[in-house]
Amino acid sequence: MSDLLGSIAGGLGQGSIYALLAVGFVMIYKAMGVISFAQPAFMMAGALLVTYLAPEIGFFLAVPVAAIAIAGVSLVVERVAIRPMVGKAVFVIAIITIGIDVIVRTVAGAFIGRDPRPIGDPWGNATVSIGSVTVYERHIAAFIVAAVLVAALFAFFRWTPIGLAMRASALDQEAAMAQGVSVGAVFAVSWGLAGALATVAGVFAASNTGGTMDRNLWLVALAALPVIILGGLDSFGGAVLGGLIIGVVQRVVGDYHREWFPFLDTNLFLITPYLVMFVVLLVRPYGLFGTKEVERV
Amino acid sequence: MRPPWGRPELYSDYKQDMALFDTRSKALGTAVLLVVAALLPLMTPDDLLAILYTGLVLAIGAIGLNLVTGYAGQVSLGHAFFVGVGAYTAAVISGDPDARRLGYGIEFVPLWLLGAGAVAAVFGAIVAPLATRLRGLYLAVVTLGLVFIGQYFFREFREMSGGAEQSRGAAEPVLFGMNLTDGGAFTEEQKLFWFGLVLLVIFGVLARNIARSRVGRAFQAIRDRDVAAGVMGVNLTRYKVIAFTISSFYAGVCGALLYAGIGSFTPEEFGLLMSIQFIAIVLIGGVATISGTIMGAMLIAMLPRIAEELPAFVPFLSTSASESPNVFQFQEVMYGVLIVAFLLFEPRGLFGIWHRIRIYWKSFPFSY
Repeated sequence: MSDLLGSIAGGLGQGSIYALLAVGFVMIYKAMGVISFAQPAFMMAGALLVTYLAPEIGFFLAVPVAAIAIAGVSLVVERVAIRPMVGKAVFVIAIITIGIDVIVRTVAGAFIGRDPRPIGDPWGNATVSIGSVTVYERHIAAFIVAAVLVAALFAFFRWTPIGLAMRASALDQEAAMAQGVSVGAVFAVSWGLAGALATVAGVFAASNTGGTMDRNLWLVALAALPVIILGGLDSFGGAVLGGLIIGVVQRVVGDYHREWFPFLDTNLFLITPYLVMFVVLLVRPYGLFGTKEVERV
Repeated sequence: MRPPWGRPELYSDYKQDMALFDTRSKALGTAVLLVVAALLPLMTPDDLLAILYTGLVLAIGAIGLNLVTGYAGQVSLGHAFFVGVGAYTAAVISGDPDARRLGYGIEFVPLWLLGAGAVAAVFGAIVAPLATRLRGLYLAVVTLGLVFIGQYFFREFREMSGGAEQSRGAAEPVLFGMNLTDGGAFTEEQKLFWFGLVLLVIFGVLARNIARSRVGRAFQAIRDRDVAAGVMGVNLTRYKVIAFTISSFYAGVCGALLYAGIGSFTPEEFGLLMSIQFIAIVLIGGVATISGTIMGAMLIAMLPRIAEELPAFVPFLSTSASESPNVFQFQEVMYGVLIVAFLLFEPRGLFGIWHRIRIYWKSFPFSY
């Protein structure tokens, strides 16, 4: 039983990473109606920057600096490649973000080199015992950081003028524009914030894979795509909850798949998020909390 | 009736408007192009022919993606999965029965080619009902999931693939008792090029005919406004299933042929990068055009070669994979750069460029 609880605790840690990424995806989706496939690349670039900065200025300073830097990169990308395409078909913009992902990922990959780079996190493999359950410190840290950031974001949307502008333009872009909301600024803020969140998620994802990062780190961010589909593309609550669900299911499957499916050798947990997504979509085509699209003639 | 030469884009009857070659110059141009392509192997070095063969085969697969994404408007990131299904099916049907990997030893080309297409099409038809419930970006992410699940099962099905990072022999093209990959009067590359060319012409004309028939018009109606298409009496579910099935068939055929020159492949080939490569071909060539897709496929197939030649001109680029920046990174970056650049500056792709040149000369003294 404590094994299962340990799996669930680990899953919550992993799920926090997914939740951070998914919130970034949802933020861009609500602003422009597009899934940004560039998020995995920003996550990898952010984690990479931390590996370079951490030995110089310390881990805890490196993370915010890298997050701000990646937010800057993400702003530039939005301004140069995405803004001219506003108003074009959604899938065209989505495919542009795929192109950007390939570019950023390859350029970042060139700086990784052959060996995995240590992220320099202070947690390592240290564990804490809560009752009979052993939990990794890094999972607790990920969970706390994700909780704080998500709460801060919700407060930001609720109480700041730009947060209000973002909610308004997500609801109805033209009406928001007519009321004097600068939709361009909303796009910029969404992309910047999503880039920063991706960086933080990347740091925890790297600390989860043994405290190092390599070129495969971006695959973690792809596993966050089923999360937003599961939660519904336009729901922040759904993104957070979906992230935790996927994280827990993935970890439990990862820990028990050899008992349940002895005939499968390869790590089943790698594709668990996609399998969960398929099952959920068969039942609810718009995810758990997504708004059903209204068709009118 | 078609006037002797006719004014371009002046259609005097419906039949001419819908014809495969609506003007005589187009028919003539295509014929000249085909003759040149058929004679090409006699005067082109073999290493270049091998690249061109890859281009021809990629074109077949990309035409399939263009049918579902360009014509029917259903964004699919899962094309690599269907290519993989085709590649493994063909390899299993034609594989050596005594070898370690699964194989039935049926080497007759049409059989494994159509078999690969058919099995991929069945998978397409299985996925399609899920796709018909979803729209737009939901569909894109679900098909992306398909690539990962597919790769997992290619790795897991050890009797077939040999497991992760293990290669197995590809299907061998044996026609009339002659293995095209053996030497002889003509080299392997020459024979493969002709083989690919014939198949591309068959599948290209077939796709063009699908596109200009009732089915193709239904696809385009769904792409432009699915609700309106439904109201007009287009059965959405049925035509989306047809689109996915045909597209997967093309992908399967492409997969069966893709490794004939190299001779082997691993499960890792059929990843997201391959899907992106196909998307790039469709976008660079031109969405909803068959001839553009072929141009795009040729360009993407040439990309590794172009990258290889580049260090001679750009000294800081290295040819060794362990140094950066190297040509492999350049090649990968180019996929992204080409996708972004074409979408920003030339949304109709290579076909759009060709179209503009054509219009310029057509209205020559008064072109502006």
